[in-house]
Amino acid sequence: MIRLIAGFEYRRLFLSPLAWTLIAGLQFILALLFLVFLENFITELQPRLALIDDAPGATDTVITPMLIWAGILWLAVIPLLTMRSFSEDRLYQRQALLMSAPVSLTEVVLGKYIGLLLFLATALSPALLTAASLSLGTALDWGKLAAGFMGLFLMLASFSAAGLYLSTLSRQPAMAAVLSYGLLALLFVFYITGKTQGSESVLFIYLSHFGHFLNLSNGLVHSSDVIYYLLFSSGFIILTIQRLDSERRNG
Amino acid sequence: MGNTDSLLQAEGLSKDYENHTAVEDYQLTLKKGEILGLLGPNGAGKSTTLRMLSGTLAPSKGSVHIKGIDLLEQPRRAKQELGYLPDQPPLYHDLTVEEYLRYCAELRGLKKAALPQALERVIQTCALEDVQRRLISQLSLGFQQRVGIAQAVIHEPDLVILDEPTKGLDPIQINTIRELIRDLAMQHAVILSTHILSEVEAVCNRVQIINQGRIVHEARLGIQESGKVYYQFQLANPPEVSAISAIPGVESVSVEAQGSYLTCLNDDQGSLQALAKTAVQQEWGLLSLCPQHESLEQIFMQKVFQEDSP
Repeated sequence: MIRLIAGFEYRRLFLSPLAWTLIAGLQFILALLFLVFLENFITELQPRLALIDDAPGATDTVITPMLIWAGILWLAVIPLLTMRSFSEDRLYQRQALLMSAPVSLTEVVLGKYIGLLLFLATALSPALLTAASLSLGTALDWGKLAAGFMGLFLMLASFSAAGLYLSTLSRQPAMAAVLSYGLLALLFVFYITGKTQGSESVLFIYLSHFGHFLNLSNGLVHSSDVIYYLLFSSGFIILTIQRLDSERRNG
Repeated sequence: MGNTDSLLQAEGLSKDYENHTAVEDYQLTLKKGEILGLLGPNGAGKSTTLRMLSGTLAPSKGSVHIKGIDLLEQPRRAKQELGYLPDQPPLYHDLTVEEYLRYCAELRGLKKAALPQALERVIQTCALEDVQRRLISQLSLGFQQRVGIAQAVIHEPDLVILDEPTKGLDPIQINTIRELIRDLAMQHAVILSTHILSEVEAVCNRVQIINQGRIVHEARLGIQESGKVYYQFQLANPPEVSAISAIPGVESVSVEAQGSYLTCLNDDQGSLQALAKTAVQQEWGLLSLCPQHESLEQIFMQKVFQEDSP
């Protein structure tokens, strides 16, 4: 049943022009950025780096910045993808279909979430291909690339879980999106406050969403970063299930 | 638990909200072949009741058994036997009719192999042939409503719950839907809610009237209370009521106004003849004698207004 719902949600995302536009638009921007970083690497950095022992390579100077940009851009559009998940069901009073079907709430929530993750994986694959295309001209640090993409995926996946929860709070998709942007802003504020000179806070940086991704994109796979994202996702998934259950109880 | 030959058994269902009670002590036992009409003014608690029976809203008190399976304790098994159309058809507007129905069928656990056949059958019974490849968003309200009914019956559930199934339909479509409901009842049990009285008279063989969350009237239709007929008569020289009720075959008499009576007779020719004969012999001055069919509308008005006026 999870597979059925996930497959359905995944296919349905592609029925709207939104998904296609987002993938195309963001990939276009990322490709431009990639080009800029590559140009910079070839004309500016490469001659200088060649003189240094153990210097950073193309992975650090082209792919890592591109991934960070991909992270920022995709974080900004995730609310647009998650806003419809449950709020649109409520707007069109569609929950009754899933609620009266022989499926549990957990299956419904996981189904929708996995559908979103499948979409993310699809949407990020052009960026992965762009990065991998560098291997035609140079030796890539595949480990660092894998860590970076894992970080990107984990960060976006966990933020999607939050978006999913926030979409259960309102019947207006736009309201759900606004709530998600609010959370995103809060997480960024944590990061900026944590990094502020003179009042650095380890706690705030840990709480912020972005810091963990930066570690991973630099090729540092700390279990604490991975666990942060897993906790973040599962926390919001559980909240979503709870929320739907209380709705079933209280109507 | 539960009686296994009844498809649906609800006992003591109540739904309390913080400051009011939407449904109180709802009882129902439904067997195969029965079509129950749930009748009531707007806001009487019809939809809340149906939501509780379909497992989409948890009751505050009481239990629901579908084919003897507890809906609250084993929702997955119980819901397999259930098809539900809420008051708004739960449609995905960006899908085609076929895509949507296929998803609904799979969601209800229909096997892939049985799918094409089920799809064909339901498209035929709900008369959706012409629109099956169209997007749901492009359909008229009537067609959308029929797609909603189709999703409730595609997996051939034993119990079909329809919340205002003929809403938004034109008279011809209403007729088709009524026929569809009658066909359904051959194999299944159907509950439908409505505030249209004629609808209940046209399709249902049982009726429950709900007002302010309570059942105020319950009856079987079609065969009007078997073996009994009602007559209204007027007398110029009214006798003691006991003299009338002493006539053989008279079950009960009530005085409606001075000289005007409503009586319930045994349904055979003899009792009516006896009444007329006695009235003439005793010189009561029989002015009129006419059969009374207590229509659903009368009962409805009576029950609902009785409740409303303190």
